[in-house]
Amino acid sequence: MNTSVNLCGVTLKNPVMTASGTFGSGEEYSEFVDLNRLGAVVTKGVANVPWQGNPTPRVAEVYGGMLNAVGLQNPGIERFCQRDIPFLRQFDTRIIVNVCGKSESDYCEVVQRLAEEPVDMLEINISCPNVKEGGIAFGQDPKAAERITKAVKRVARQPVIMKLSPNVTDITEIAKAAEAGGADALSLINTLTGMKIDIERRSFVLANKTGGMSGPAIHPIAVRMVYQTAKAVSVPIIGMGGIMTAEDAIEMILAGASAVSVGTANFTDPRATEKIIAGIEAYMQTHQVEDIRELVGAVNG
Amino acid sequence: MAQKFEEQAQVRKQMQIADNIFDLTLQTQEIAKHAKAGQFVSLYCKDGARLLPRPISLCGIDQKEGTIRLVYRVAGKGTKEFSGLKEGDTVSVLGPLGNGFSLRNGRAFLIGGGIGIPPMLQLAKECSEKQIILGYRSEPFLLEEFQEQGEVFVATEDGSAGTKGTVLDAIRENGLTADVIYACGPTPMLRALKAFAAERGMECYLSLEERMACGIGACLACVCQTKEKDAHTNVNNRRICKEGPVFDAREVEL
Repeated sequence: MNTSVNLCGVTLKNPVMTASGTFGSGEEYSEFVDLNRLGAVVTKGVANVPWQGNPTPRVAEVYGGMLNAVGLQNPGIERFCQRDIPFLRQFDTRIIVNVCGKSESDYCEVVQRLAEEPVDMLEINISCPNVKEGGIAFGQDPKAAERITKAVKRVARQPVIMKLSPNVTDITEIAKAAEAGGADALSLINTLTGMKIDIERRSFVLANKTGGMSGPAIHPIAVRMVYQTAKAVSVPIIGMGGIMTAEDAIEMILAGASAVSVGTANFTDPRATEKIIAGIEAYMQTHQVEDIRELVGAVNG
Repeated sequence: MAQKFEEQAQVRKQMQIADNIFDLTLQTQEIAKHAKAGQFVSLYCKDGARLLPRPISLCGIDQKEGTIRLVYRVAGKGTKEFSGLKEGDTVSVLGPLGNGFSLRNGRAFLIGGGIGIPPMLQLAKECSEKQIILGYRSEPFLLEEFQEQGEVFVATEDGSAGTKGTVLDAIRENGLTADVIYACGPTPMLRALKAFAAERGMECYLSLEERMACGIGACLACVCQTKEKDAHTNVNNRRICKEGPVFDAREVEL
């Protein structure tokens, strides 16, 4: 039985990775999860300089989901390279660094700094709904998406995954633009912009007022967008959005994802990633699937 | 690194002790053995639509019995679910989490405000030279148990018991003095205590609260602002669930 997948020349032992921002750089979760079991660890977004993030409260639970407005707090690329990459190197898993920025040159600075680092892929976050500058602005306009992809690709030494926002009218347009800009793969979906109001206090629950919604409630939206995008582009897709169980992951793969990221589920169960990997293996056995790749986009009709 | 345990804990007993306040005792395998005052646990809901664990501080730790005691307020649907737990039921628990209180030398004020009162009970059992000051909105709870541990001064917002006003009003009214403060409660109270301690040159350790997601330091939801750049985050904030919830008041901006 083969569970390994190949993403733009990088082999992952299985298609399960962590969704950026939910798993730090793996250290905290390594108390619960054998990181060697994971296809890849996708790190929390890192910028050229440290970012303070948003004021608190930064998270709120909603029915079947949660909102977050952490605001991409991160220690900056230097600290990240000194501490987080060496930590992850101890494990037999792929390292995918999520990169955030406020301007094209911010992104490129981080990507250049990572050129000589032992990381396997880069995931460029052009879809964070919680920061005022950059972030989602690059992910909501096809021209801007293509431009930033091109700029990053010019300086990148590792394959580039562009992480797309669902907060658009037609995600396939952005996907096609990223592909035209040279993206090696696409990650989707980032969170959906939401809001929660405390009716007793008549105030916003999040200090940022709005936050990105994740969790099982958004899973059907993610499956739909992965399906549409898989039809529109030829680069591989990493599917994410509300994957809580192996069944959710398989659904995403059948919709057209070559790999999946598990995010909010880590909060509900720190061992979610390992359980999902085991569940995918069990499904393959039960359904006599020899190779996981048979399942990619294999939904009938 | 302090070890954390994920367990299916069994409910030994639960009762309501005040308006919306519940007293839950859980049988654990390992958590009670390793826990200390001021730490907290994450409780997970059974309802799959409620994804985030609820962080609840430890009101009591019985290492011999292997039990932990949680006194919490029903604040939403998750805690409402927990309030329905009956003897023999199980609940998924992760802990112990956070740093907890470290006792210093000297005479102490143990100060609790509202739902910040319960975690001070375990500390009261461990701290020898102390005065306990508790601030309630109105109806006191856990009062007799605190009184078993030492001298207790009460403040209530409505004046129904003790000093009318805040814990600081009670301290002033009774002319209390100490060398070190340990406190847990609402942010305005902690802010006032930080200023009070600075004014009097007292050591002051505050247990902070914030909305959490992962509870283990990965998601960066529950940060507090710090005076100095934090070693982990590399910015001026620190993770309450990991480096806290107890901080030296001089380190944090409230």
